[in-house]
Amino acid sequence: MIEEETNSRREFLEKSIVGGLTALSAASLFSSCHGDDVKETGEKVKLLSPDGTIVEVDSAYINTNIPELHLSEHNIREGVPGKKFVMVIDLSRCKNARKCKEGCSKMHFLPKERSYVKVEKMQDSEMAAPYWMPMTCFHCDNPPCTKVCPVDATYKLSDGIVSIDNNRCIGCRFCMVACPYSARIFNWGEELYGLNDAEAKAIPDHDACSSHKLGTVEKCDFCPQMGEKNELPDCVKACPNGVFYFGNEYDDAVTNGDETLQLSELLKTKAAFRYLEELGTKPRVYYLPPVNRLFPFKDSEESKNS
Amino acid sequence: MESDFKKEHEKLLDLTKELMPQKFGRTGVIWVISLVVIIAIGLVAYIHQLSKGLIITDMRDYSSWGIYISNFVFFVAISLVGSLISAILKLTHAGWRTPLTRIAEVIAVSAIAFAGLTIIVDMGRPDRMINLFIHGRIQSPIIWDVLVVTTYLVISTLLLFIPLVPDIALCRETGVNPSFWNKKIFKFLSLNWKGKKSQFFLVHKSIRILAVLIIPVALGIHTVTSWLFATTFRSGWDSTNFGAYFVSGAFMLGAGAVIAAMFLIRRQYKLENHITDAHFDKMGKLLVLLSLVYLYFNINEYLVPAYKMKHGEAEHLNDLFTGHFSLMFWSVQFFGMILPIFVLISKKGRKPLPAFLISIMVIIGAWFKRFLIVTPTLLHPFVPIQNVPDAWKSYNPTWEEWSIAFATLAGACLLMTIFIRVFPIIPIWETAEERGIIVDTHEEK
Repeated sequence: MIEEETNSRREFLEKSIVGGLTALSAASLFSSCHGDDVKETGEKVKLLSPDGTIVEVDSAYINTNIPELHLSEHNIREGVPGKKFVMVIDLSRCKNARKCKEGCSKMHFLPKERSYVKVEKMQDSEMAAPYWMPMTCFHCDNPPCTKVCPVDATYKLSDGIVSIDNNRCIGCRFCMVACPYSARIFNWGEELYGLNDAEAKAIPDHDACSSHKLGTVEKCDFCPQMGEKNELPDCVKACPNGVFYFGNEYDDAVTNGDETLQLSELLKTKAAFRYLEELGTKPRVYYLPPVNRLFPFKDSEESKNS
Repeated sequence: MESDFKKEHEKLLDLTKELMPQKFGRTGVIWVISLVVIIAIGLVAYIHQLSKGLIITDMRDYSSWGIYISNFVFFVAISLVGSLISAILKLTHAGWRTPLTRIAEVIAVSAIAFAGLTIIVDMGRPDRMINLFIHGRIQSPIIWDVLVVTTYLVISTLLLFIPLVPDIALCRETGVNPSFWNKKIFKFLSLNWKGKKSQFFLVHKSIRILAVLIIPVALGIHTVTSWLFATTFRSGWDSTNFGAYFVSGAFMLGAGAVIAAMFLIRRQYKLENHITDAHFDKMGKLLVLLSLVYLYFNINEYLVPAYKMKHGEAEHLNDLFTGHFSLMFWSVQFFGMILPIFVLISKKGRKPLPAFLISIMVIIGAWFKRFLIVTPTLLHPFVPIQNVPDAWKSYNPTWEEWSIAFATLAGACLLMTIFIRVFPIIPIWETAEERGIIVDTHEEK
């Protein structure tokens, strides 16, 4: 009887490994099932396996300490499995607080004046009121930047992210020229970053896709190390006004931390658009038009000068 | 018969003595020293750049390409002259081109070699250049450029070297200038040339094949170079005309460069019998034609978008026509294109000295023209430039950039100078053939 039970558990285990990421975490639940020293409590727990069958196991076999998954566990050139990251930026909520820039700079160990996020003062026509437009890398589905890279140092991942391999980039800057959104910045010289040795060492190599290497190109990487843990990128978290929504297109859901909305519904009802749609780059960042604004437009000193 | 051949060969050797490379006079020495000094300064600047990174340039996130890239385009452009003189004029049976072929070919080889070097200078990580070969991806126009420029360098070098082989053998035979190095190098480079009929047959045949091969490759190098810009969305670059526009500009610049080189070489080596006023006249006419073609493409490139003044294009064009770059823009258009047409269209304007002065104008104009193609466009991106330090909104090359750019130009000049000092710059056996001297005097045995 006990023998049979173990067998069925083993079978279940094998199936769940095949099941992918969900299965992986399920498998870790049973990580101790081969140990002989486990004392069965007699309390049975019903679990749903990935293939839809309900199995019953003793609660003693359940390990609730799920080990954290690190980005390095999946192929850096393939992307986070089961995800297709998408961002929605609500222009009616932005008042140029620039917390997104600060959050990004902090997260990516960038100097204060440098960030992968831009907040631009935009005006569609002379009669229209200006508005603030935060811009990240749009992680286009038809990216002009990856096409021109001569060494495959920037590439499109299965999770939608346009990534950079700073250990391969030769610094020709063709991708910067090819990007119509000026999303890419260049590591012109170490002094620009003003990092001390400890800070420079604290940057996890390849954990965040853009790491600082002299003479290579960097940009917003959509923080895949956060997305993988189902957490939000720092620009999203830092925004006090909930401008940024982030999510997984496969889940059809985006969240700004306060509210979670259905992506397709949001895009449809709020008349979402993509910046310079006519170029055919198919950005993964959508904008909600600046209507019914939360704040009146207030110009900043820097923008007045420019 | 035997004595006839001997007589012919004597004539050939006399011609060789006349055209042998000569020691430089004072001007020559000063010229070489100045070039070496400029190169040395450039090297210092480049070492500085290698240690500090591209931060020492004035390139920043918006003006991410600068004079290195425009200098690269300039080099690629000027190298097209090799195919113009040795291929196009050969295939159209323009016999007068003979004394100019080697000048054109040496310009082409030096320029294309330094074009490659300039691209390495522009790279943020030159230490990773090997990645181009390990990880090269064929869909990138840079890889196309690497392939086609290398091919062009190989064919141009062959077009320079193969017709040179008989001349090297002749130079060795005269016994003039028998310094140890010359003897060794010439012996090695003459590839056991005997002057047989069959050898001349091979030379003629290979030149003909190479002349045909080089034309598509020449069009290729500059078309692909234009695609580095035209494959992007940027205003001013997003044009289907760009390939033809670049090629026509390159031929014009190349013709100018040949006139300038002709003038200087003729003066230094007293070659008035070989490079005659008629050559300046012919090259002047050719330059007028090429300038008119380039004018046509310029009108296309600027007038058609200016007619529409599309958002984005308009800012770029206004900056060129009336804004920050207007002085440079109109000077380049006037002195680099319009004025040469008007001066060279008159017979007096095609005399050596005025033609030379105009050709210098064409060369300088062409260099700044490439600057005007690269920089203003980058300073007018789709997303307005905001929230960056003021210095990032403009592009003013630093002394390091200028030194490095000048050093590459000086390097190309030095390469040409060394060639002229070591090898005969006027093709001897081809000139002899033109004059009816029998060159293949060695019977097959």
